Amino acid sequence: MTFSPELEAKFADLVTHYPEGRQRAALIPMLMFGQDEIGSVTQEMMDEFGKRLGLSTMQVDEVVGYYSMLHKKPMGKFHVQVCTNVACMLRGGAELYDHACHKLGLGHKQVSADGRISLEEVECMGACSWAPAIQVNYDFHHEVSTDQLDTILEGLQ
Amino acid sequence: MKLFNEPSPLETRIISFRFGLENSASLDTYLAHDGYKALRKALEMTPDDVINEVKASNLRGRGGAGFPTGLKWSFVPRASEKPKYIVVNADESEPGTCKDRLLIQNDPHQLIEGVLLGAIAVGAKKGWIYIRGEYNYLIAIMDKAIEEAYKNGFLGKNICGTEFEFDLYTHTGAGAYECGEESALLESLEGKRGVPRIRPPFPAISGAFQAPTLLNNVETFASVPAILRMGGAAYADLGVPKSGGTRMVCMSGHVNKPGVYEVPLGFPMMKFVNEIGGGIWKGRQLKAIIPGGSSSPLLTAEECDIPMDYDSIAKAGSMLGSGGLMVMDETTDMVKLALRIMRFYQHESCGWCIPCREGTTWLKKMLQRVTDGHGQTRDIDLIGDLAQNMLGRTFCPLGDAAAMPTIAIVKKYRNEFEAYVAKNPFAASELVSIS
Repeated sequence: MTFSPELEAKFADLVTHYPEGRQRAALIPMLMFGQDEIGSVTQEMMDEFGKRLGLSTMQVDEVVGYYSMLHKKPMGKFHVQVCTNVACMLRGGAELYDHACHKLGLGHKQVSADGRISLEEVECMGACSWAPAIQVNYDFHHEVSTDQLDTILEGLQ
Repeated sequence: MKLFNEPSPLETRIISFRFGLENSASLDTYLAHDGYKALRKALEMTPDDVINEVKASNLRGRGGAGFPTGLKWSFVPRASEKPKYIVVNADESEPGTCKDRLLIQNDPHQLIEGVLLGAIAVGAKKGWIYIRGEYNYLIAIMDKAIEEAYKNGFLGKNICGTEFEFDLYTHTGAGAYECGEESALLESLEGKRGVPRIRPPFPAISGAFQAPTLLNNVETFASVPAILRMGGAAYADLGVPKSGGTRMVCMSGHVNKPGVYEVPLGFPMMKFVNEIGGGIWKGRQLKAIIPGGSSSPLLTAEECDIPMDYDSIAKAGSMLGSGGLMVMDETTDMVKLALRIMRFYQHESCGWCIPCREGTTWLKKMLQRVTDGHGQTRDIDLIGDLAQNMLGRTFCPLGDAAAMPTIAIVKKYRNEFEAYVAKNPFAASELVSIS
């Protein structure tokens, strides 16, 4: 399995960041960047990274299972994450999430039939003073009202 | 760089004074505003002098535990056969906390300089900034600043024309609250599941890659350049005895002007909420404040008239923690709050320690039952008892972090739990099944 030349160059640089013999440290960044390019953490990707870093697929798999941002199942092209943790809850985060569910006809970690949009109720993402907040892929949107959410969702083409 | 909230004239901006300047993240802006002056100064000092200056500043860890920073720095052994490392905890995940994000976004060079000062103090040559996965855009900002620093002789070999050398890298997390705990963070940095380590040995002796490691929060490192520039004693004088300097407090919830503001340690909490935060929104009354992230026990309105420093808040029965101050008005439902907090900890428990894994799961189920109107009086007692029995029985503080706020909410707002129970027509029946 190969990745784009840019990502391969990034991986080649990444493994030099860690002490000799401890290249396993590159695993989590590689999984994140690999997922960003491929769309999910595939079996093939886990085998490949295991081979590159001298790990069994099982050792890679147990890491993948631990982290909430690593997905074995592809999420939508636009992954909409709505925070409902305390700071966002106090400013309407739960209502915003309910609104998104109804608007998209999706529930937690569900993907639209055309693969365009997926939805996730997430824990605190560090936007507490500008709540309620959502992230679409890696882009933050702060102090989001239900109207603004509609506009954001309609713009996801 | 765009600021998310207007600064307040009541702030004391020591580490946030470059926020809002044009291109505040650039090396040029940094150099034009006292940038890398502390580094040049420290390069002419002995490591002990640097540590003593930090000790004199009374700086305490800004991540949550509030451990004296200078003391922590002195724990890293002078002589070591293994290389020594620096790790920056930028896995900001404590609910209510969003300050490290601003420190990296607006002033990444200040963090680099703080790391270099730590490297001089302990004799480290390599370091990593562990940034939570959700803060993906900060990795680009930080990498750009690191590249600028390399190009201009502030990182790499022969820093500022001296023998001093240091390599710094960013490292992304992948979504796990537990990795904000220092030993779990080190496991994650090494490419493993973020499960805490048994201590001792502490990271100062055996940390990243089993080598002596200095590990601090972003804000802690970012505070050190100012300490070296103004002198430890002058920095200490900004705060109160035993809690030196300023800190970034993240105000959220039911206030008119939520935002991240830098205030001296010991700043009055009610003045912070009413004058900097513009008071409670919608003309309502204050009900309670969570002073330092969701793991800190909440304070009722009557308990909030205190200075914001580590010892004063501890005396009031809570913690200054990570500086995530969440304000709640009179309409806030405390049972639902307790449930939401527990849902979070249950989701984030790494599962290694049984009191935490099972405790958070059962607390969530019981709180859900009460919220759904199926609770009984004995559930309220059981919630309090179970939380009490988690305290101090786990390897890392996550178990305590889940138990402490729960104990406080049940104790201080028991009447609200009883009101939910009263809605259950079968509450008095012994025959009700425990689902």
